Amino acid sequence: MTKLGSAIFRRLVIIVPYAWLLFFFLIPFVIVFRISLSTTAIAQPPYVPVFSLADGLAGTMEKIRQLSFDNFTWLAEDALYYTAYLSSLKIATVSTLLTLLIAYPIAYGMAQAPRTLRPTLLMLVILPFWTSFLIRVYSWIAILKPEGLLNQFLLAIGVIHEPLIILNTNWAIYIGIVYSYLPFMVLPIYSALEKMDHSLIEAAQDLGCPPITAFWKVTFPLSVPGVIAGCMLVFIPAVGEFVIPDLLGGSQTLMIGKTLWTEFNSNRDWPVSAAVATVLLLILVVPIVFFQNIQAKADEQGK
Amino acid sequence: MPSWSRFNIASIVLGFAFLYLPIVLLVIFSFNESKLVTVWAGFSTKWYVALFHNQGLLDAAWVTIRVSLISATVATVLGTMAALALVRYTRFRGRLLFSGMVYAPLVMPEVITGLSLLLLFVAIGFDRGFWTLTLAHITFTMCFVAVVVQSRLLSFDRSIEEAALDLGATPLRTFFEVTLPIIAPAVFSGWVLAFTLSLDDLVISSFTTGPGATTLPMKIYSQVRLGVTPEINAVCTILIAFVTIGVVVASVTTKRREVQRQRDEQAAFAGR
Repeated sequence: MTKLGSAIFRRLVIIVPYAWLLFFFLIPFVIVFRISLSTTAIAQPPYVPVFSLADGLAGTMEKIRQLSFDNFTWLAEDALYYTAYLSSLKIATVSTLLTLLIAYPIAYGMAQAPRTLRPTLLMLVILPFWTSFLIRVYSWIAILKPEGLLNQFLLAIGVIHEPLIILNTNWAIYIGIVYSYLPFMVLPIYSALEKMDHSLIEAAQDLGCPPITAFWKVTFPLSVPGVIAGCMLVFIPAVGEFVIPDLLGGSQTLMIGKTLWTEFNSNRDWPVSAAVATVLLLILVVPIVFFQNIQAKADEQGK
Repeated sequence: MPSWSRFNIASIVLGFAFLYLPIVLLVIFSFNESKLVTVWAGFSTKWYVALFHNQGLLDAAWVTIRVSLISATVATVLGTMAALALVRYTRFRGRLLFSGMVYAPLVMPEVITGLSLLLLFVAIGFDRGFWTLTLAHITFTMCFVAVVVQSRLLSFDRSIEEAALDLGATPLRTFFEVTLPIIAPAVFSGWVLAFTLSLDDLVISSFTTGPGATTLPMKIYSQVRLGVTPEINAVCTILIAFVTIGVVVASVTTKRREVQRQRDEQAAFAGR
């Protein structure tokens, strides 16, 4: 009885979420790919061909012949898309490195903090993550504007004599990404550093190793898994970021997430936006699979 | 013994200032008398008063709360099941694909998720609106719940469960009477996380919604594009207050429970 019950329980626990994700996560990608092969049309939905069960085998074959890779050729030929992909990758890389530079000392400081203080510090890092992403990006507009709070402050203390132009430049995007994704970088590095055995450092120092060398030879290598996980958590979503370049970036900043959004919402070109999404997904597949392997390894170790 | 140097303290203080200063400034300027959000002109709560006369905003808030409540609840059930499947059943057909589908949405750019869900709804002829929005939110938040619950299940002592099963409890009963009470704090924080993510989402919502179902972030976004106003600061401040109170209450209750559980355990050992 219990055996049968546990078989049913096992089935249920696996099948329900599995089926949900297949239907709402995986199948949609297949549809995106299929639509990327269609042609724009003034119709509802705005592309041809539209498959239907009423077509029969011959009708379906006829429609399959209408599919083409034209949209991908179009993407390859138009410099706009090409530039947008490259600049997204560049912006994501630079901001990931900046995030790492800022997050590492914070994570390191937290791991060195007295044990009693750590839960509070952890909570303080996580808290901004719970408040709205949109709000946090929005709050930077008032700070970075030419007549904004940062310029007022810098003018008042006399560091600068003319307002800095930061808003609507790539710097604003870097600041926005670093700010929004900082907790994603701090947390994995902190958890790697916190698990570290401090006697290793003591051993290194006892053997005459200067603190800085001990850091680079002992501490840093041990934190590498956290660093990699953090970089993936920042880099992958940053490549397709829309809100940050849209609110903080300028009109000359091209990022692929924004291009896709415009293509879809303003130009109403569904097939081209589906092609843009397909290519973006292909670019990100390698880092995503890499991230999953790290995640799976971490699970194994947790057991 | 780790040493807490001056460098460590400085980096933490600077880091936290960076994290919190923008939010603090936003809250301060929501009480600004002037229409400008960069020049202080005296204290006023008039922007908050104005909010309560803004029917469009109130409607959007109501839609958002309903979507978030429903989607967070369903996502918690599905996410907990997914976590159980991942942790308890290390071998089943297609497990690799399954774990892939659980982790990928965590990093997937929102424009891709949003577009693909929209195209799915169009393909199956589902009218866009409140329910497509809710289904989309369930899909991306359940994976976050799964990860939170999974980490708790990994540090779980399975012998208690095995004891219940050995004593003849059905798996379902064992789950509800033994497993669930122990992982409850994680399930609850998974729910809160799903709720706030759903409350906050702009990109996926914009793709998957239809006429009549405008959420608060969509409303805020369309106003922000027209310019920064203290009224938006006021909406944001209310949202921040709401979430902060929720998170603090959640963490305090979890902590109390934890303390209570430890006491119970000690009492049980002492009584033996």
